[in-house]
Amino acid sequence: MSAPSAAPVIVAEHLSRRFGDLWAVRDVSLTVQRGEIFGVLGPNGAGKSTTIRMLCGILDPTGGKGSVVGFDIARQSEQIKKNIGYMTQRFSLYEDMTVEENMRFYASIYGMSGRARKERIETVLSEIGLIDRRKQIAGTLSGGWKQRVALASSTIHNPPLLFLDEPTAGVDPVSRRHFWDQIHRIADLGTTVLVTTHYMDEAERCHRLAFIFRGTLLATGTPTEVVAARGLRVSELETERTIEAGELLRKAPGVEEVNHFGHIMRVATRSVDDPERLLRGMLDAANIGVHRFQVGRPNVEDAFVSMVREDDAVRAGKQEAA
Amino acid sequence: MRRLLAIAWKELVQLRRDRMTFGMMVGIPVIQLLVFGYAINTDVRHMPMVVYDQDHSAESRDLVERLVITGFYDVVGYVHNYEDIAREMRAGHTHVAVVIPPRFGEALRAGMSARAQLVVDGSDPQTVASATNTALSLGAAYALEVASERLEKTGRGMTPAALSIEPTTWYNPELKTAIFVVPGLVGVILTMTMLMFTAMAIVRERERGTLEQLIVSPVGRVELVIGKIVPYIIIGYVQMTLILTIGRKVFHVPLQGSLPLLYALASAFIAANLALGLFVSTIAKTQQQAMQMSFFWMLPNILLSGFAFPYEGMPLPAQWISQVLPLTHFLRIVRGITLKGAVFAEVEGEFLRLLLILFVTVVLASVRFRKKLG
Repeated sequence: MSAPSAAPVIVAEHLSRRFGDLWAVRDVSLTVQRGEIFGVLGPNGAGKSTTIRMLCGILDPTGGKGSVVGFDIARQSEQIKKNIGYMTQRFSLYEDMTVEENMRFYASIYGMSGRARKERIETVLSEIGLIDRRKQIAGTLSGGWKQRVALASSTIHNPPLLFLDEPTAGVDPVSRRHFWDQIHRIADLGTTVLVTTHYMDEAERCHRLAFIFRGTLLATGTPTEVVAARGLRVSELETERTIEAGELLRKAPGVEEVNHFGHIMRVATRSVDDPERLLRGMLDAANIGVHRFQVGRPNVEDAFVSMVREDDAVRAGKQEAA
Repeated sequence: MRRLLAIAWKELVQLRRDRMTFGMMVGIPVIQLLVFGYAINTDVRHMPMVVYDQDHSAESRDLVERLVITGFYDVVGYVHNYEDIAREMRAGHTHVAVVIPPRFGEALRAGMSARAQLVVDGSDPQTVASATNTALSLGAAYALEVASERLEKTGRGMTPAALSIEPTTWYNPELKTAIFVVPGLVGVILTMTMLMFTAMAIVRERERGTLEQLIVSPVGRVELVIGKIVPYIIIGYVQMTLILTIGRKVFHVPLQGSLPLLYALASAFIAANLALGLFVSTIAKTQQQAMQMSFFWMLPNILLSGFAFPYEGMPLPAQWISQVLPLTHFLRIVRGITLKGAVFAEVEGEFLRLLLILFVTVVLASVRFRKKLG
């Protein structure tokens, strides 16, 4: 809206933030285009929220620079605030006010009034299907509904950019789906969305992703790109003595991860030319029979876990060297 | 301005839903007013008294009767030795004993000096003061009367004392505690409400995560703070009006001075407490902590401001502390205006000190507040 459509909505260059001795975010650079749903992935404490807070202009970066909706994050935070919506992991509606009162309040602090405000509230209420619950106290809504009302409230002023900080933490799967449908609807209307999550299934619903771990950016790209770049291959096996088989395979060179899904064992390998031969060979040597073998598809979670493992190993190596 | 109003509106909507807080805002002043007004009474009347009459003369009975008539003493029993008096006092049955020695009446009749003893329970100093003062003045009056009687009858004898001091009490001639306490309560209640509720209102937003939501919105810090405290300023004035009205109707507390002046000067006091509330909100992490800190602040205010105990009686260090408390200065202003009809020039000094405190608290609060929200 306020930014020309060709220019990226978010540009971060070498953003860093230190709290005392701890680098919460270190040298993060990323670009988000208009209309994208951009996912930021990482475990708790990885630096996701700190990054968002810097991009919103409420936390000064220790180093680096950035611009959001065309404004500088260090010097023009007031303009940024007017052009963004923001919703945190902790549900931030007023629980002792009704659905409609909450929306009215948020519309007002974004400068809406009179008929425009009223019409907008009506539109949003009907969009999320809450017309008949407008007088309900927000605190009495179920978790999933609360998130949807919060999302509606934080986009009540039609912001060109929306920040969602772990919006679905602790919400049941069905509600999460509804919520993501709502996110896609918002994005289809031209709003750019930056969302943090640690749910991998949600990551696959984003247009592009960034992996953050210990404040550092490990990878960016579309989900397919990120997975492909990691060069993982997944084998799915049904074997005898599954626990023992798992223990054995974890020690094999090139095996990144072994997971059990019921009877099926999922093994991710990296830099292994022929995973089937390697795995079968190891199991045969241990006299463990293989009932079935098939090739699986690596997903975002595999890629993420593999990157975290490598990062851990590198750090451990550095510490030993030191 | 629109955003400021939106916040004030939101605050009022929440307040209306929060029955508990709303009830406290009206309930606390009314209950405190009735408790302090009715129950706390330093002008002690009807003190239980025992009589140890060793004389059994018409004069000794007359003395006891005169004491009773003052309304300060009720005879609850007669005893026959000092040990009985001590026992009655230890049991809490009596606080005062009058001891009339043998030949009391005889001495009086002979025109000689007669002595009676008043034994007072000193474990409660305020009772002592009331008990002795009344008896002393009664004794003096009685002596005078006896002397003039003798003068009339015989035409000779002691002349009444040439010098006498007649105390005249201004502004609260009947020395009613309620009249002294009620205006002070305005200050105490405002301290409590302004401090506690503003601190809690802000801490609550932080606790529930809504403060972060407001920080990323275009709402400025100043708009946020003012929007949140405006409803409480209104409530403060409502409470003040409530106390003054009930005080007038129930306890006949006079209003000698100008009401608009009082309301105008109260603004500095209210603002100082609001700033303190903001300061507390930057330290407290939970509403519970905010409440505890508020009570921690209330205690010296009630004890050292001159609300409960006279300022003049405090040791010097305590007086210094009390100078820092906004309540100390506001008490002098509110008592001055309501009871003595003080005009602005007469309370200007206290008002300036209040402004100084206000300035310091605002600086403290805004420095802390900026840091915390940043």
